[in-house]
Amino acid sequence: MAELRKNNEAAVDAPPNVTAVETVDASTTQEAVAAIEAPVERGEPILQVRNLVKHFPLTQGILFKKQVGAVKAVDGISFDLYQGETLGIVGESGCGKSTVAKLLMTLETATAGEVFFKGQDITKLSGRALKAVRRNIQMVFQDPYTSLNPRMTVGDIIGEPYDIHPEVAPKGDRRRKVQELLDVVGLNPEYINRYPHQFSGGQRQRIGIARGLALQPEIIICDEPVSALDVSVQAQVINLMEKLQDEFNLSYLFIAHDLSIVRHISDRVGVMYLGKMAEIGTDTQIYDHPTHPYTQALLSAVPVPDPDAREGRERIILTGDVPSPANPPSGCRFRTRCWKAQDKCAEEMPLLAVPERFKSSDTPAAHESACHFAEEKDVVHAA
Amino acid sequence: MPDALEATVKDEALDAVDAQAKAANASKAEKPRSLWSDAWHDLRRNPLFLISAVLIVLLLAMAIAPGLFTSADPRYADLAKHYLQKPNWGNVFADDWLGYDGQGRSIYARLVYGARASISVAVVVTVLVTVFGGIVGMLAGYFGGWVDTILSRVTDIFFGIPFILGAMVVLTSFEDRALYVVILALAFLGWTQIARVARGSVITIKQADYVMAAKALGASTPRILLRHILPNAVAPVIVVATIALGGYISAEATLSYLGIGLAEPTVSWGVDISSGAEQLRNEPYVLILPSIMVSITVLAFIMLGDAVRNALDPKLR
Amino acid sequence: MTIIDKTADVPAPRGSTENSGPLLDVRDLHVEFKTRDGVVKAVNGVNYSVAAGETLAVLGESGSGKSVTAQAIMGILDMPPGRIPQGEILFRGEDMLTMGYEERRKIRGQKIAMIFQDALSSLNPVLTVGYQLAEMFRVHQGLSKKDAKAKAIELMDRVRIPAAKERVNDYPHQFSGGMRQRIMIAMALALEPDLIIADEPTTALDVTVQAQVMDLLAELQREYNMGLILITHDLGVVADVADKIAVMYAGRIVETAPVHELYKRPAHPYTRGLLDSIPRLDQKGQELYAIKGLPPNLLKIPSGCAFNPRCPKAQDICRTDVPLLADVTEQDGGELPGRGSACHFWKEQIHG
Repeated sequence: MAELRKNNEAAVDAPPNVTAVETVDASTTQEAVAAIEAPVERGEPILQVRNLVKHFPLTQGILFKKQVGAVKAVDGISFDLYQGETLGIVGESGCGKSTVAKLLMTLETATAGEVFFKGQDITKLSGRALKAVRRNIQMVFQDPYTSLNPRMTVGDIIGEPYDIHPEVAPKGDRRRKVQELLDVVGLNPEYINRYPHQFSGGQRQRIGIARGLALQPEIIICDEPVSALDVSVQAQVINLMEKLQDEFNLSYLFIAHDLSIVRHISDRVGVMYLGKMAEIGTDTQIYDHPTHPYTQALLSAVPVPDPDAREGRERIILTGDVPSPANPPSGCRFRTRCWKAQDKCAEEMPLLAVPERFKSSDTPAAHESACHFAEEKDVVHAA
Repeated sequence: MPDALEATVKDEALDAVDAQAKAANASKAEKPRSLWSDAWHDLRRNPLFLISAVLIVLLLAMAIAPGLFTSADPRYADLAKHYLQKPNWGNVFADDWLGYDGQGRSIYARLVYGARASISVAVVVTVLVTVFGGIVGMLAGYFGGWVDTILSRVTDIFFGIPFILGAMVVLTSFEDRALYVVILALAFLGWTQIARVARGSVITIKQADYVMAAKALGASTPRILLRHILPNAVAPVIVVATIALGGYISAEATLSYLGIGLAEPTVSWGVDISSGAEQLRNEPYVLILPSIMVSITVLAFIMLGDAVRNALDPKLR
Repeated sequence: MTIIDKTADVPAPRGSTENSGPLLDVRDLHVEFKTRDGVVKAVNGVNYSVAAGETLAVLGESGSGKSVTAQAIMGILDMPPGRIPQGEILFRGEDMLTMGYEERRKIRGQKIAMIFQDALSSLNPVLTVGYQLAEMFRVHQGLSKKDAKAKAIELMDRVRIPAAKERVNDYPHQFSGGMRQRIMIAMALALEPDLIIADEPTTALDVTVQAQVMDLLAELQREYNMGLILITHDLGVVADVADKIAVMYAGRIVETAPVHELYKRPAHPYTRGLLDSIPRLDQKGQELYAIKGLPPNLLKIPSGCAFNPRCPKAQDICRTDVPLLADVTEQDGGELPGRGSACHFWKEQIHG
């Protein structure tokens, strides 16, 4: 029998932005699968990431490999994803956001840290329990041109999840199910025998979404799902994703670099920089009351498609590039590009926490920010 | 969260949009077109392909049913006709059309019957090297790491052996030089090229997002290899195999000419080139005619390979 | 170090005051490609002009013909399968399409330079960036190796590559994306061209780096008084730097306007739709407006107005008659300089 208990250790280690993990002790596979299948109340945490680390070793030598360093793609991040919400993760290329997606999909093995799905640490699962988790966490990929096998028909692509998890749909039912899915994502069900290259980018992304929905997952991880699409098609796909979230009661982890789109779709937003979470909060907290200098710079750099609104907006133009994740700066990772940086920033790594000065107040600035000198600055609204 | 009413309004608006999108698509009457059927569509219009295909069909017909082309027996020697009967160019397809060789055998009949040995050696070798080299390349490319290190080094070792020299060494160690010995000798040394091409192709394909998508679904390794990797990685292998097939025909001829490949009484172009060489000065056609057959066959397969390569090239679509 | 500035100084339209005619004048340009499935009509009668010191943004989605037009100007279209059945590309009044190969080659590179989206594949990976920059001076200006290298370092300084002197012998892959794009800009600037065509110059870059590169480009343009054609799909980038905008759809220009006007009062339903379909950064929006349907298939461009199957305002006339780019005026007939719309119902769009 699965026993529920509070994991005190996790509660101590975890940064305050996350709730304590209720781990489920499952000694047998059946118990683990049962825990994975159990429903989660809306608004309760469904996925809890704790101190997740992924280092890619840098090796030298052909036959006898010697590790000479590591690319610290993800370096200790923690967050919760609540049932029914959309958590946006933003950051520039190389910040580790796509690696987070792969770790959550168990496509990469974590170097350290835990990922709890309904209290089960999925980094330690295997076999049937892992398969059950995979059924419940699905992914929508960035590039609709490379994420669909060009040699398979649309019917085979969307039906493949049923081949791999035959318990979800009996064989005779599959064709009808695939056609239903096509209909749900706004494609003509008669297209079932066509091949991916016969569709436009937006249509292909709909096919990718249909594949993600096939197993009725609870979480969909979207890695830049619209960045390869034309502007006029992006809105269609975003609207479709919102509609599906309501219809199927999905939780989204929405990874993107486009801050406007993330604001539109997300309930909460996390900002990543060089493998660390710089700031996390609700969309209003992050966009209207950012306290981390990186978030402020990022937001102020977004070109706004309205010349009038742009005037009088403060612009922070960072100099230089993102440092290499193989050799990140000491202390605060952002300090090399930060205009506020002081000696303390090089010596002491700021923790992701509600800044002291805002702790007692009730302002929207009181959200977790990993900066020694966090202060509020509105950069998206005209002064 | 939006309230229920808002959600309904939103859904309706979205549905309307979707319905229109569907209607717009439906108006385009388009048939399912796989990449292979697209390639076939291209090939049918390519003169290079048509010429090579006609030649290959003719050669295959000769190999399978030589009786359709000539009624003469390629082994029947009428010494009275020994070199005496020059080609009778006007008498097309008759026994004496291309004259007689040193043993008084009909050269035309020998060319027709020779196709079987030459082509079957080449086809069987190609099938063997494609299967074996393909599997080695696929495993090395997909699994990487130490599997790749070991398989690639072994491939490199075999690749380093000079093809003809290696075949000579292998063949001289066999007493009996039957068809299967020649086939095994060529396949033993020939698989490396395919393995290298397959490995490269698999390495490219395995990084594709659709392979990642299959893994994320929990697909098993055999499933990923057979459903996703193989169908996408096979195109360049087919092209190389087609071109290599031509190469094996000339390799067979070379070895037979050197006297270590096929030997009498087997009828093959290589054997005929070998015996024709003795009389090169007096009766050059005895040598030249089988040589032309070899050249035409090699050329046909190389042209076919090129045409297939062009048709499958994704850059053109 | 970080620069924080209030950008009240939005670039004022810098018109062609000193020069009489436009620098580049594209007239009724058509481009088509022969493919297996038929003739793809990529550009169907494009007209635009750029003066010295002016920035024209060409805005469009994939398949709108915005890049093909630029390639036709640069003379880097693959022909065949490409073909220019009609049109003129006048550079300082001379038609580049009819002039000889040598003449044209001299304009390309020296007078008109291009910046591409993907700097890594546009730079030669086996040559140092210093060599590639110096080559421009050695080939075109006949400078000695030493002088050319000095010029290359100067140019790298000019585009603010830190430690230019030390990095001049580095290879392209040793630079970050933003730095590579700066090198591309340096290459384009090397011969002080009159016109630069930038095809999605910042699309591949991160937001914070994007801003640096766009600012640099705008500053250099001002300094050298160059014409700039900025090709992009990003309505945001355009708003920051352009003087005037041409919106393209299915190989035609559907709207032209000075930058402020376009965002305030679009006169074409497509432009309106695009503006409505992008979410806002400064407020949480409700549902996004989505332009329905699919981008046009250039093999089968709809009859009449190409946008009609996706247009919420389409009438019968839109399905039969191709709307020409008409001058847009105020409600009372007052002139709106630089504005045009290829919509039968532009009046309703802008005034109704």
